Amino acid sequence: MSTTITRHPEAATLVSFAAGTLAEPLAAVVASHAAMCRQCRAELVDLDLFGAALLLGQPGAAGRDQDIVPVTLATDRMATVGNGRSRDRFSRAVDAAERLPGPIALAYNLSFATVPWKRLGPGVWHHRLFLSEGTEGDLRLLKIGPGRQMPDHGHGGDELTLILDGSFSDVTGEYHCGDLQDVDEGVEHKPLTDKVTGCVCLIASERPARFKSVIGRLILPLTGM
Amino acid sequence: MSELLTLIARDRSDAAFRRLFVEYGPRIRSYMLRQGADVDLADDLTQETLVTVWCKADLYSAEKGSPSTWMFTIARNLRIDRIRRQKPWQELTEAHAASLPSGDTPADEVANLSQRQLRVQSVLRELPAEQVEVVTLAFIEGLPHSVIAERLDLPLGTVKSRIRLAYSKLRRALEDLR
Repeated sequence: MSTTITRHPEAATLVSFAAGTLAEPLAAVVASHAAMCRQCRAELVDLDLFGAALLLGQPGAAGRDQDIVPVTLATDRMATVGNGRSRDRFSRAVDAAERLPGPIALAYNLSFATVPWKRLGPGVWHHRLFLSEGTEGDLRLLKIGPGRQMPDHGHGGDELTLILDGSFSDVTGEYHCGDLQDVDEGVEHKPLTDKVTGCVCLIASERPARFKSVIGRLILPLTGM
Repeated sequence: MSELLTLIARDRSDAAFRRLFVEYGPRIRSYMLRQGADVDLADDLTQETLVTVWCKADLYSAEKGSPSTWMFTIARNLRIDRIRRQKPWQELTEAHAASLPSGDTPADEVANLSQRQLRVQSVLRELPAEQVEVVTLAFIEGLPHSVIAERLDLPLGTVKSRIRLAYSKLRRALEDLR
């Protein structure tokens, strides 16, 4: 990314991601941010070291130790595990993706040019990204026209917004390409998109219903139309 | 301890392979059980984790990554995929980092990996018990912050601030090695 990223996930969010406990839609946004942000990639490497140290410091589960040792070094089995297949698929997806973050491009086989935008209302389009079965929350791409404002809204659970193109600003500051807004439950804010470029973002919420109502209100007549 | 893992990974013999399982199998199985796997699934995931570590040890040079970190990330990603049945987005981040041109990956910055590992271990030793408790519940038991708060009967803000404190100590201990 050529622009400087100044807004990162909160410490507690990064730790949850590294521990593997962050809700799936939020993890998708952190993964996408990390793909754009060298600093966060480096911090995640350190958090993995931390996780490894914690894991190695734990006592083992007593019991059938010998049972889990494979009988032989079966090479056919070896060949099917950890052979880096996801990396090859990944590189291709990145090449095709243009500005869409690699993890999203790979997981949904999408590029910026092929997002099937659906109009939500004047100047607002979205594309919902499906989550694993039985997973709560909401993940979608949002495209908002220039100079539009979201009305005040609270959050049901945490919400993460990653700017992919353009920018927006609210009481907490300005957000540009690669910046991530990490908002706790109960925070009120009124993002206003850039007057010229508008904004494309990846937005995730821990809970479904609340986020839908936010989208619902988004399409109400907005200032700056 | 991770030095032992490195030695095991470098020595590509049947005996080393067996030793990898005997040394680390119980910890991985315990991890899987604590994350909610039943005994059979825990055994399967333990095998898959360690076979993958073994294969990766062959793919990468010992200087470029730490086998104990692979072990942790492989176990974590398998757990998200197979126990929680969700997409392991962490794996996509790692695949992305690996696909970056050389010189732009965090792995290139960690030439002093063993030093970082020692620092991480000493941070862990010096953390107050209440911070060790929350990070263990997160990393080892796989509990989200909100569930940790319920389990410990603490406000969510307190759990998050303990995690933040532990994390800032980790960052401070490692910043001059960046």
